[in-house]
Amino acid sequence: MGATVTVSKTETIPVRSGDDIVRVRQRVRALAIDIGLGLVDQTKIVTAASELARNTLDYGGGGEVRAESVQVGTRKGLRLTFEDQGPGIADIEQAMTDHYTSGKGLGLGLGGAKRLSNEFHIESTPGVGTRVMIARWK
Amino acid sequence: MRMDGAEVLKRTLTEDEAAILEAWYISLREGTSLQSGRIREAELQTQAKAVFGQLRDGLSSGGVDADAESYTPLRENLADISRSRAVQGFTPTDTANFVFSLKEPIFEALRRKSAADASALAAGVWAAGKVLDRLGLLTMEVFLASREEVIGRQGQEIAELSTPVVRLWDGILALPLIGTLDSARTGVVMENLLQAIVDEEAEIAIIDITGVPTVDTLVAQHLLKTVAAARLMGADCIVSGIRPQIAQTMVHLGVELNVISKATMADAFALALRRTGRKVVRQQAAEERC
Amino acid sequence: MDRIPILKLGGTLIVTIQVDMHDRLALALEEDLTAMIARTGARGVLIEISALEIVDSFIGRMLVSIAAVSRVLDAETVLAGMRPAVAITLVELGLELTGIRTALNVERGMALLKARLAGDGAGYGSDRDGLED
Repeated sequence: MGATVTVSKTETIPVRSGDDIVRVRQRVRALAIDIGLGLVDQTKIVTAASELARNTLDYGGGGEVRAESVQVGTRKGLRLTFEDQGPGIADIEQAMTDHYTSGKGLGLGLGGAKRLSNEFHIESTPGVGTRVMIARWK
Repeated sequence: MRMDGAEVLKRTLTEDEAAILEAWYISLREGTSLQSGRIREAELQTQAKAVFGQLRDGLSSGGVDADAESYTPLRENLADISRSRAVQGFTPTDTANFVFSLKEPIFEALRRKSAADASALAAGVWAAGKVLDRLGLLTMEVFLASREEVIGRQGQEIAELSTPVVRLWDGILALPLIGTLDSARTGVVMENLLQAIVDEEAEIAIIDITGVPTVDTLVAQHLLKTVAAARLMGADCIVSGIRPQIAQTMVHLGVELNVISKATMADAFALALRRTGRKVVRQQAAEERC
Repeated sequence: MDRIPILKLGGTLIVTIQVDMHDRLALALEEDLTAMIARTGARGVLIEISALEIVDSFIGRMLVSIAAVSRVLDAETVLAGMRPAVAITLVELGLELTGIRTALNVERGMALLKARLAGDGAGYGSDRDGLED
């Protein structure tokens, strides 16, 4: 037993166009309702997913999201992993700062997504791609 | 020759079922769980009999590994029993003893069967100990998890109960906060307030913190966030009842409560009335003016 | 491509957002509103978002930008009906909708804009009847 994570449902959603961002929001909302997240928590994780999906599209040149319903002990949660094979981020710390942006956004994407989640991990290798994992627990 | 403990145990359980069950019933009857009146003897015996049967089934194909596939029905049954005990308010000892009290009758039976064969006895005792210890631990794990669930639910209920949003006037709400605020509770409170703002179409909400003993950075941040969220929805908040010590602490912590604040709820209410285009006047004075 | 309809009521433009906005729709709305303010000389813009389930930084940026452009064209923007969950999320996200006035619903929003058109600065309650007891 202990802190093993069990994954009860997995869905992969491609992020190739603006319409895909809407689809990511809808799928994440459905999964969040499915595991019984409250309305505010639903809204937070959907908003975070929207931010990160847009990053994947705009800066990563597209990629995909893996959405998983997970459970640790009695706690249920939603885990989202955004992956792209884009240019990557050289200075993650700088990219996490609010209002830092290399593109057209407000620069709230990464920092904002982190504040909206209970867990946040980012890995990036310049020239290889970026992977961001977030989780929201019930 | 090395004795297979699981085999010895299984044989004993099959051949001596009646005696073991009888001894187990007695030991369960002596346990406190019956005396507390939380469970009837017949129910306890039904549970015991079912567990006994499932234990034998588990042993026959899974050996002494209680986490094996063949033990699944037993594990699920024990989890159910344990959960219901947690909800009924049994003590952890009572709950664990349900499994552990089976040890002695089994050891006794093994002794009777294999008294002449020391190695078989040792192997059987070892096997029984291993399986029952694991099952006992499992029972406890489920018990604790269920208790945590109960506590969590109660916490949620308390958070909701202890934070009434009251309507002071048409369009003016008050949220008198009482007791220590932690993040979880503050979250619930603030959500309730914002929902009440929508339901009551309130343009002003007074958050009164007279009953809050301490305000740390985190709580102050929550207050600020609520005020900001209310503003986005089109309502204003007034914070009232900030006690002198709290004001001092906040200044020392460097927390700037950049909101409208009033010393007392009465002052806040007067301001709210003024802002919504009303005022309270003495009846006599008003009549004189007329 | 579908567009969000804009209604004109007196000197005010009213928009109700009822769909999950994708980015193109958001950009089109910004464009359409700007053009319409310029054409009609509207003094107020009311955006009703009670059906909107999320506002992310992209939509937030669009709203801020509509307000800024409107102000240059001498029109005030009021955002009405934001849901509590959306408001909490926006605050957590760190998005301040600077330059946008907010109202609980369309009625209050219209009252705010009317007060401004009346020229008294749309202050809280300054234009209301005294309701003394």
